[in-house]
Amino acid sequence: MPNATIIALIPLLPLAGFILLGLFGRKIFKTSSGVIGTALLLTSTILALYTAYDYFFVYGKVAGVYQQFIPMKLTWLEFSPGVSIDMGLTVDSISVMMLVVVTFISLMVHIYSLGYMKGEERFPTYYAYLGLFTFSMLGLVLASNIFQIYIFWELVGVSSFLLIGYYYNKPSAVAACKKAFIVTRFADLGFLIGILILSNSAGTLDFNTMISTLTSPDSDAVKNAAATSFLGASALTWGAALVFIGGAGKSAMFPLHIWLPDAMEGPTPVSALIHAATMVVAGVYLVARLFPVFALTTPAVLEIVGWVGAVSAIIAAIIACTQTDIKRVLAYSTMSQIGYMMFALGVSHYGGEAGLGYTASLFHLFTHAMFKALLFLGAGAVIHYIHSNDMKDMGGLRKYLPITHITFLIACLAIAGVPPFAGFFSKEEILLAAYQNNMTIYWIALITSGLTAFYMFRLYFSIFWNKPHVVHGEKHGPAASVKTSEGKEGGFVMMLPLVLLAIGAAAAGFIPFGEFVSTDGKALESHFHLQFSIAPVALGLAGIFTAMWLYKKQNNKPEKLAASFNGLYKAAYHKFYIDEIYLFITKKVLFNLIGRPAAWFDRNVVDGLVNFSGNATEFVSEKIKKMQSGKVQQYAIYFLGGVIVLAAVFIYIWK
Amino acid sequence: MMNPGLYHILFLSAALFFIGVYGFLTRRNLITMLMSIELILNSVNLNFIAFNKYVWPEKMDGLFFTLFIIAIAAAEAAVAIAIIINLYRSHQSIDVENAEDLKY
Repeated sequence: MPNATIIALIPLLPLAGFILLGLFGRKIFKTSSGVIGTALLLTSTILALYTAYDYFFVYGKVAGVYQQFIPMKLTWLEFSPGVSIDMGLTVDSISVMMLVVVTFISLMVHIYSLGYMKGEERFPTYYAYLGLFTFSMLGLVLASNIFQIYIFWELVGVSSFLLIGYYYNKPSAVAACKKAFIVTRFADLGFLIGILILSNSAGTLDFNTMISTLTSPDSDAVKNAAATSFLGASALTWGAALVFIGGAGKSAMFPLHIWLPDAMEGPTPVSALIHAATMVVAGVYLVARLFPVFALTTPAVLEIVGWVGAVSAIIAAIIACTQTDIKRVLAYSTMSQIGYMMFALGVSHYGGEAGLGYTASLFHLFTHAMFKALLFLGAGAVIHYIHSNDMKDMGGLRKYLPITHITFLIACLAIAGVPPFAGFFSKEEILLAAYQNNMTIYWIALITSGLTAFYMFRLYFSIFWNKPHVVHGEKHGPAASVKTSEGKEGGFVMMLPLVLLAIGAAAAGFIPFGEFVSTDGKALESHFHLQFSIAPVALGLAGIFTAMWLYKKQNNKPEKLAASFNGLYKAAYHKFYIDEIYLFITKKVLFNLIGRPAAWFDRNVVDGLVNFSGNATEFVSEKIKKMQSGKVQQYAIYFLGGVIVLAAVFIYIWK
Repeated sequence: MMNPGLYHILFLSAALFFIGVYGFLTRRNLITMLMSIELILNSVNLNFIAFNKYVWPEKMDGLFFTLFIIAIAAAEAAVAIAIIINLYRSHQSIDVENAEDLKY
């Protein structure tokens, strides 16, 4: 059996770090806070790795099937017998896998930030926030109760908000953090309603009971819920769809993705941790956690999941080809890859070989965390060196940043799906799952995979090749004066995570993932079809060579190409005007139709009532204030009059 | 000689009461107003005594009430005179028309 204390410690250690650094960081641990946070997280990571080893190789497998354990469950708030909010720990293959991913990536980011954030004024606050985020994410992963997941879901949202807005004196960062919070919060409203619908039909908030109730087609709960319909869909379908909206908001799925590119205003390591590797996959994790419900009870919603994922994947990939801010390219790439995970879930079925999509999705989640964190941290190293986010300021950096160059190249190869790097294996499985179930999605995925290779290598060649690097000091704008570490690549603490993650990105694909994670816990044989791999790899290589042809040397081919695709290029450059559509809907439609009438109502009716009572009081008191004349005898007359009236009342009327 | 009955005494008491009220409302001198209040209180005392004697002769409640009212009247006179003295010190007058600073 798993040891509850050890597993509980994994999230609690970062929480301890948050409390310690949040309360005392600014006074006592001014410079040591980074080391403290990192040390606590290192302990967490070791415990997580130990738990994973223990689970997968010692006690997890019973009769060839990975079991689920709930080593601890505390009832936190009981509404009625059976319906309670619990704080529990779930140990099963996906939660253990996520524990490893979250702690490992978070540890890399902690170490990296020691160098990247050095000298920041709010250094302890930064580490406190990182601790809070890690705690929330681990709590989310371990949740055994759907309401517990919701609580941590919101905590994750808050810490993301705090970290995006870390540079709070930068107006764009403030706008970005508000946008991220509002958009995800809006999606979470759907999640909450979905939770209420699902728990109402299942009669419980506990994951296991809920899943077993909702997936047995004979149970009364399912029959009743299926009979209740609203707008042509059953209550369960609505519940599952609303839960998915929550997941789509957090995972930046079209059309709720608008916050993710702006979230890049945060410090780069934060982007690596939250907006690339861990938080944004929470939506995938949520769908995976409730996968039996989606697959067995509401297949229609799973279909929606698949299509939303596929559309997000291709749209984001097209947009990524045109952006020039390197972090934005990576942000859209993240969105595209999460789209991959989503549609992999969408095309999956429950149980046995048909559950390949599920395994592939989580496998891709795992490998993506490695290479996307690596890409972001590499981009951070570049930004740290060049003090700009814009591709146009970069070029020819391969001699100046050798380690970053090599690791970035590995990550690019991994994400492009070139064998034998990690992305190849997971992407193959996803494509295979799509091929077996939905040809349209398969073609979308194939095109996306070509585009992925293209935009990643566009990024790579623009940063490290292209035009020669202008040495600072001659002419490089105001950045030259700020620069002190000319010719240096960032210290050991920044390079170590890059190297470790590069090893992960190169080797993670060889993990026989299907043996550990599958829909029903039975090992899933992963087979490779050589013929099947030809198409995606060829497309990937084509993308790489196109990018090389266009961007390796400085030339005017990209501009010509952009001009020949004028309409599409412009639309993609402006992110398909989705932000503008949102602005139109909110500013023009919502503000005019709801905001203005509400403001009018507030200003005239509500304020009017308040002002009326004030004015009426003033008017009346102005009239009667003369009664308080200061003349004692006048008061006596009023008093006497009152007594006489009362006497008359008591004598004649109120006998 | 005719013994006075309840109604005689009530008449006297009512007369005293309204004389007191009239004095309180019309006189401008604070001392006189204080005396008017004493008249009102004494009219009440008379009522208590009269009802006690003619309606419940076996009880003492009216008498006790009267005693209390006399005590209170004495205390009240002390307080009122203190106020009047202070008023005189600040206003150089005990005319109630001059003491109307506490108003709107």
